[in-house]
Amino acid sequence: MRINLTSVFVDDQRAALAFYTEVLGFTKRRDVPIGDDSWLTVVSPESPDGPELLLEPSGHPAVKPYRDALAEDGIPLAQFAVDDVAAEHARLTGRGVVFTQPPTDVGSAVMAVFDDTCGNLIQIVAEKPAAQH
Amino acid sequence: MVGDVFHALDDRTRRLVLDELAAGDGKTLFEICALLTTRHGLGVTRQTISQHLGVLESAGLVVTERRGRCKFHYFNPEPLAEIARRWHTEERTQR
Repeated sequence: MRINLTSVFVDDQRAALAFYTEVLGFTKRRDVPIGDDSWLTVVSPESPDGPELLLEPSGHPAVKPYRDALAEDGIPLAQFAVDDVAAEHARLTGRGVVFTQPPTDVGSAVMAVFDDTCGNLIQIVAEKPAAQH
Repeated sequence: MVGDVFHALDDRTRRLVLDELAAGDGKTLFEICALLTTRHGLGVTRQTISQHLGVLESAGLVVTERRGRCKFHYFNPEPLAEIARRWHTEERTQR
C-alpha cells in the first residue's frame, strides 16, 4: 500500500490553484471538471510522479467549524518538506504569505506554519541529518 | 489576585509555558505544545496545555490576542511586577 493522494479543503479552487502553483511552486497534475467543481490536484516538481495533493472544495457544512477550530489553535492541516525553512520563510513572506509560527528549531528539525489563504494552516519542515540530532 | 498568581506559578508545566512565552513573540496552542514536547520532553495533551493556559490567563500572566483566524498567547509580566512592588526585593538585597 502507498499513499498516492491526500487533500486539503480550499474555499475557491481557482484561487487555490494560483496559490499552490504560483506562490508555493507546485505543478498542476489533474484538472478534471466534475459538475461545478474539478478534480484538481498538484504535485511537487521535485517528484512529479509522487503523491498528489487534491484541492478539494470546502462546500460541506462540516468543513468550516472543523477548520475554524483547528485554525484558532494554530494546528496545521498538511505538512510539506523543504530543504531550508528559513529560506522558504523569507521567500514566502516576500510574496505576502502570513506565518502563524516563525521558523522554530525543535532539535531534530526546523519547522514553521503559514496560512495558505485558502482556509488552511500548512506546516513546512526541514529535518536535520541524523548526525546533528 | 496575588493568590491566583502564586497558584498559577505552582506548577512546573505552567512555569515552562511562561518560559517559552517570555522568550519570544505570541504563540498558538500548537506551537506551545510543539515546544513543550520537543524542548522539554513533556508528553502532555493539547487539552491539558489548554487548561494550563486558562489558569495562567485567569491569573493575568498570559493574555491572548486574535490575529486573523488564530489565537496567540503572550506573557504578561505585570502581575509579577505587582508582587515586586509589594515586597521590595531590591532594598533587601542592598543591605
